[in-house]
Amino acid sequence: MKKFMAAAVAGLGFALAAASAQAQAPQTLTQVKSRGILNCGSNTGLAGFGVPDGQGNWAGLDVDYCRAIAAAIFNDPTKVKFIPLSAKDRFTALQSGEVDVLVRNSTWTMSRDTALGLLFTGVNYYDGQGFLVRKKLGVNSALQLNGASVCTQQGTTTELNLADFFRANNLKYEVVAFASADETVKAYDSGRCDAFTTDASGLYAERLKLTAPDDHMVLPEIISKEPLGPSTRNNDGQWFGLIKWVHYAMLNAEELGVTKANVDEMLKSSNPEIKRLLGTEGKFGESVGLTADWAYRIVKHVGNYGESFEKNVGQGSLLKIARGQNALWTKGGLQYAPPVR
Amino acid sequence: MSTTSAEIKPGKASLLYDPKIRGYVYQFALLAVVGFLIWSAASNAIENLRAQKIASGFGFWHNAAGFDINQKLIPFSASGSTYGQAFWVGLLNTLLVASIGIVLATFLGFFVGVARLSSNWIVSKLAMIYVEVIRNLPLLLQLFFWYNAVLKPLPNPRQSIELPAGFLLNNRGLYVPDPQFGPGGNLIIWALLIGLVATFVFRSWARKQQAATGKQYPIGLVALGLIIVLPLLVYFATGRPITFVYPELAGFNLRGGIQIFPEFVALLVGLTTYTAGFIAEVVRAGILAVSKGQTEAANALGLRAGPTLKLVVIPQAMRVIIPPLTSNYLNLTKNSSLAVAIGYPDLVQVFTGTVLNQTGQAVEVVAITMAVYLTISLVTSFFMNIYNKRMALVER
Repeated sequence: MKKFMAAAVAGLGFALAAASAQAQAPQTLTQVKSRGILNCGSNTGLAGFGVPDGQGNWAGLDVDYCRAIAAAIFNDPTKVKFIPLSAKDRFTALQSGEVDVLVRNSTWTMSRDTALGLLFTGVNYYDGQGFLVRKKLGVNSALQLNGASVCTQQGTTTELNLADFFRANNLKYEVVAFASADETVKAYDSGRCDAFTTDASGLYAERLKLTAPDDHMVLPEIISKEPLGPSTRNNDGQWFGLIKWVHYAMLNAEELGVTKANVDEMLKSSNPEIKRLLGTEGKFGESVGLTADWAYRIVKHVGNYGESFEKNVGQGSLLKIARGQNALWTKGGLQYAPPVR
Repeated sequence: MSTTSAEIKPGKASLLYDPKIRGYVYQFALLAVVGFLIWSAASNAIENLRAQKIASGFGFWHNAAGFDINQKLIPFSASGSTYGQAFWVGLLNTLLVASIGIVLATFLGFFVGVARLSSNWIVSKLAMIYVEVIRNLPLLLQLFFWYNAVLKPLPNPRQSIELPAGFLLNNRGLYVPDPQFGPGGNLIIWALLIGLVATFVFRSWARKQQAATGKQYPIGLVALGLIIVLPLLVYFATGRPITFVYPELAGFNLRGGIQIFPEFVALLVGLTTYTAGFIAEVVRAGILAVSKGQTEAANALGLRAGPTLKLVVIPQAMRVIIPPLTSNYLNLTKNSSLAVAIGYPDLVQVFTGTVLNQTGQAVEVVAITMAVYLTISLVTSFFMNIYNKRMALVER
């Protein structure tokens, strides 16, 4: 009986502890600092955005974002633990606190931004949904896909846009939805489907995984808006601001011509905007819980947005995607950052 | 002296030392602790969901779904259907694959189990190899095998394999001609139903007659006549009212006919063969549990091997077989949730996959799904227990 009573008391204590542990608002930055490493939710493997190489080193546009956050906090871009998440599991992982931030080419939508308890911090890649088909089908427009079988990944906006597109154009189709991106591509490659659909950037990346990439082509239609960006939990304003401003720092750096190579010289610049960005004037980083040289650390370790873009998805990569909508606003694109002041 | 003996007398002890009262107190305390744990977990979850500004409640059930599902037994479309309807589509798909799987696995399992005890060396060794291979490989791997290695190499729709009777096979699935009932077509179904009922009645009558008089009736022949010949006669008498819509190539895919999806076939074959391996061992154990004397006695009475197995051994073996058979049925049903790996839209794939992700309401969706599997399992157990009671040894 003593054992039983001990168990009962332990049970009660456990329940009380569980109930009271949630009383105060979580301080994500404090947790990350005391843990010494950033838990970053990333893709299971999408070339150009987040993919590990043979040695387990992650690379990509989204990966650079996480490294920039780590650089700003720890002055060390390697203090990131990348946690690969499928499209289906990603938001649950963020909600439950398994990751500190989700940077995983996720589309910013109203319902995700409101009902899911998440906040999207911005757009680090403007994308749109497209279709990949076999060249020998003789199709050159998505409107000719009547009656086709289409492979897609479940739990994505892609799945919803697909239904919208075929319904709006009065076309019949059969959807085959898989839980993981790899299974989806494999099914398409083996002929289960006539077309494979995902965000256009993803199509270029996944095409490289097919057995004969040259037998496949991307159709010209872009059927949706896919603003891809990082998200955080909706309970920590400071952390939300930090994640948002990491992106703005990289954009402002590009706009002001601050690069990984010249950032040390730029410390001596007399341009007041550069001085405020790099922390030689004012202490703007402290308002998000960082040091004054937070942006210097980001550019020094990771580079500005343009450098990261070209290295991962642009001319310096296999994907060779043009800047297009992702160019700075000064060059006709949509990437625009509020000033540091 | 008298006082001490009075103290020892049972029944007069104080309430504190009454074992019965003490028992109740401990039971109550345990119940209270369990209740408190459940209550605190639930209120903790609700409070945290609110703190994180995550929507909660079951309001999403009536919201528009906006996605499509390929295999559906009830009407479902992206326009106008709700998450609640998506749930039913998924549940029916789970029940479909589980119920067909249970029937097929039972037949295959009994066949292999009996074969393993065969006196024919090759037959018994083949059955043994089947059981050992199937039981010792992970089910998920087997599903990938059936889906990727067996079904995917099929040709594309333009080079479909033509099977007899208008069946077509390609990597989009098996296409079966779709029967269309014209006027009078209903009569054929009625004829079939009447044939089935009549066969059943005749069989029980014939058995009673045999028990009473020893005279045997040709049950097989009568059943054949009632179930097959009768509907056929009606078919011709009503002027052949059934026509078939044959699948044919239209654009990318075949149109017309009933499409059986490769994901469904892969899951069904995987679950059936896997569970049959376990059922085979259950059947073998059950048969071996029947004393050898029973077989010898049946042989001594002049029964041949077939009737001995059917009339003497299996009915007794069933008492041993049914309880583990039930747990294999439950396993098959639960294992059907592995469908998610190969894209078959079962309950887990549709509901805890797409619906959970689109609504973000993990707690509610997972709780509903768990309740559903629990219900399916309890209902299955309930009916198998009734069957078990009927088969159990009646002690006199």
